[in-house]
Amino acid sequence: MKLVGQAKPDLLLSQEHHMCPGCGEPMALRGYLEAISELGLTQRTIAVHGIGCYTSFSMTTDLDLVQALHGRAPSVATGIKRMRPDAIVFTLQGDGDMVNEGLQEVLHTAARGENITCVLLNNGVFGETGGHMTATTVLGQRTKNSLDGRDANYHGYPILIGDLIARLQGAAYVARGSVHNAAGFARTKRMFKRAFETQVRGEGFSFVEVLTMCPTGWFIPTTEGPSYMNETLGEVHIMGELKVDGVIRTTDELHEENIRKAAEIEAALARGGVDA
Amino acid sequence: MSRSVGTVTIAVEACKGCDLCIPACPPAVLSMSIGVNRNGYHHPELHDGCTGCSACLMVCPDFVFTVYRAERSRG
Amino acid sequence: MKKLMEGSEAMAEAAIAAGCRFFAGYPMTPFTELLEHFARRMPEVGGVCINAESELEAVGMAWGALATGARAATGSTGQGLSLMQESFSEITLAELPLVIFNMARGQQDYYQSTRGGGHGDYRHIVLAPADLAEAIELTQLAFHLADTWRNPVLVYGDYLTAHIQEAVEVDPLELGPVADKDWALDGSLGGTGRSRIISPLGFAKTGRRSPGIEQHLRTMTDKSRQIEAAEVRVEVGHVDDAQTVIVAFGTPGKFVRYVVNQLRADGERIGFVRPITLWPYPTDAVAAAAEGARTVGVFELCAGQMIDDVRLSVLGRAPVVGIGGISTDGSGFGVGPLLDAEIIRDRILALHRGETMPPLPDNERLEV
Repeated sequence: MKLVGQAKPDLLLSQEHHMCPGCGEPMALRGYLEAISELGLTQRTIAVHGIGCYTSFSMTTDLDLVQALHGRAPSVATGIKRMRPDAIVFTLQGDGDMVNEGLQEVLHTAARGENITCVLLNNGVFGETGGHMTATTVLGQRTKNSLDGRDANYHGYPILIGDLIARLQGAAYVARGSVHNAAGFARTKRMFKRAFETQVRGEGFSFVEVLTMCPTGWFIPTTEGPSYMNETLGEVHIMGELKVDGVIRTTDELHEENIRKAAEIEAALARGGVDA
Repeated sequence: MSRSVGTVTIAVEACKGCDLCIPACPPAVLSMSIGVNRNGYHHPELHDGCTGCSACLMVCPDFVFTVYRAERSRG
Repeated sequence: MKKLMEGSEAMAEAAIAAGCRFFAGYPMTPFTELLEHFARRMPEVGGVCINAESELEAVGMAWGALATGARAATGSTGQGLSLMQESFSEITLAELPLVIFNMARGQQDYYQSTRGGGHGDYRHIVLAPADLAEAIELTQLAFHLADTWRNPVLVYGDYLTAHIQEAVEVDPLELGPVADKDWALDGSLGGTGRSRIISPLGFAKTGRRSPGIEQHLRTMTDKSRQIEAAEVRVEVGHVDDAQTVIVAFGTPGKFVRYVVNQLRADGERIGFVRPITLWPYPTDAVAAAAEGARTVGVFELCAGQMIDDVRLSVLGRAPVVGIGGISTDGSGFGVGPLLDAEIIRDRILALHRGETMPPLPDNERLEV
């Protein structure tokens, strides 16, 4: 038997973490850490972490790393990249960090075409504080401060950050993936690779948003996390490659592609595996 | 399928019992244990028929699965 | 060779002479010219100056540049620095050597600079030049002290420091060696290469000794005590037999020094203390000057902020009286008529002779 996938990604110093059962964030972490390893970028990468549940991976991530303030990671990454243009610089933020606290930072960084990669873990809630509404919470979604569901008249509408960034001229590659199933993970990992390759080629700002499960903050059993994610967040924050080579894709195109890709990957898994 | 072309090892003590791997397994060869690990979580157990597809690894938040596959040409 | 420069240009040149290669800022009077000079000069010396979209972003960018080991700075006027305070706290706790320029509107930012507007137990060094020659020196010293202590240093300038033109020369100062930046990141240490982390939280990578947040904060406090013991800078004049001692800093400190020197020539027993570091504060020098004095006057261009530190230094040895006040030009950006040698002389003499303090001058005078 040949080893085809190891439990702990190489770029983690420990298998242990304090994420809740059924959390989607460690899967996203696996996706980009494996992408960095497989692209041979391990010894030229600097990570910038924001503040959220994922912050605890700052200690176990085996990459040079700066711990930034809530909302400020894209600016910190900008300063790093300008002083170390040869380094591959990426940020890790949640939706609270990026889309609430630091919205203008990520938008301006994208607009400047800063040659970095920003990663968003989007679960539509502040997970660390215990399930509160963020700027990406979808209409109808129940959180601790939208108990009857997000109401547009009272709470306003969610921001579709990936779509917003795709419209900015400085953004070269924009994608939205998910980790609610193996097919989603495999696609998301490819998105990470394309984003980092975009940066390696110096083409400008790249962005990967990952829809992740937060069963604790959604107040549902872990087993319902993937379907809840797909049916609530996934119906509004449409997955797919939103901008490739400067071309913005329509929602209809993304929908069609999502159905096709999911079928392809599921068929491949049924045959015995995909090369993520 | 009587013979397994793949297999997984399961780090049961790292498992937090989320169950996500169970529906994710295409050949449906994982089930949750009756017993629990040191932290009190049920954990997956492997039955015959693993294809080594890695779907369980991809959906596992706790980095539990290591996946192996028989060296063969796939058609 | 001396060249006629405005203060903003001189300070930008001094920063570049000190090896600063990254600057980010957001325009704001009277800081704007400093940003302009960095924007023009940085590309010429292989550095980067970013016109940040806000002060929040400016300080974040400087944070990132510092993490790579570069000498980096940001700045604004007090209002803009208010926006940066959260980052100043955290950058201090992350032990990054940030240099901050406050081209202040008056001296209203003394509390902000020395107490910090940010959260937590943190301190940063504050250097307050009185003229351009000193601004050039202290700007270079700021980068040296920041690296020496791995601690932010703020240079407190003002409207006059920013705009006055003088014939000055920017010579790189030899300030001695600083330790290698064995904490800086270049991205090369991932994957078993003993990767590094820069964190305000006392984090260490798994498998290495982490101080934990409590011990980290105590270590930072210890460092503050060491800085207090080592880095006090102050200019003192005529205090030995002075009956009246005047304390003032920055450009007003220059005016007070001039007036006190004149009054001494007239035979008045008056002395002055000019703090050059606002933190650490020259407590001992102020206390020694107050010993035997009848009264201590504090001249500052604000409602009275440094007077707290003077009182904490004098500790009741003599009455401490504020003789400055709020005085701006019509716009509120610049200095008002209070910063005038004749007016300062009248106020010092009133204090010295126990006479009624003259009222603050109105800024209509400027519109003549």
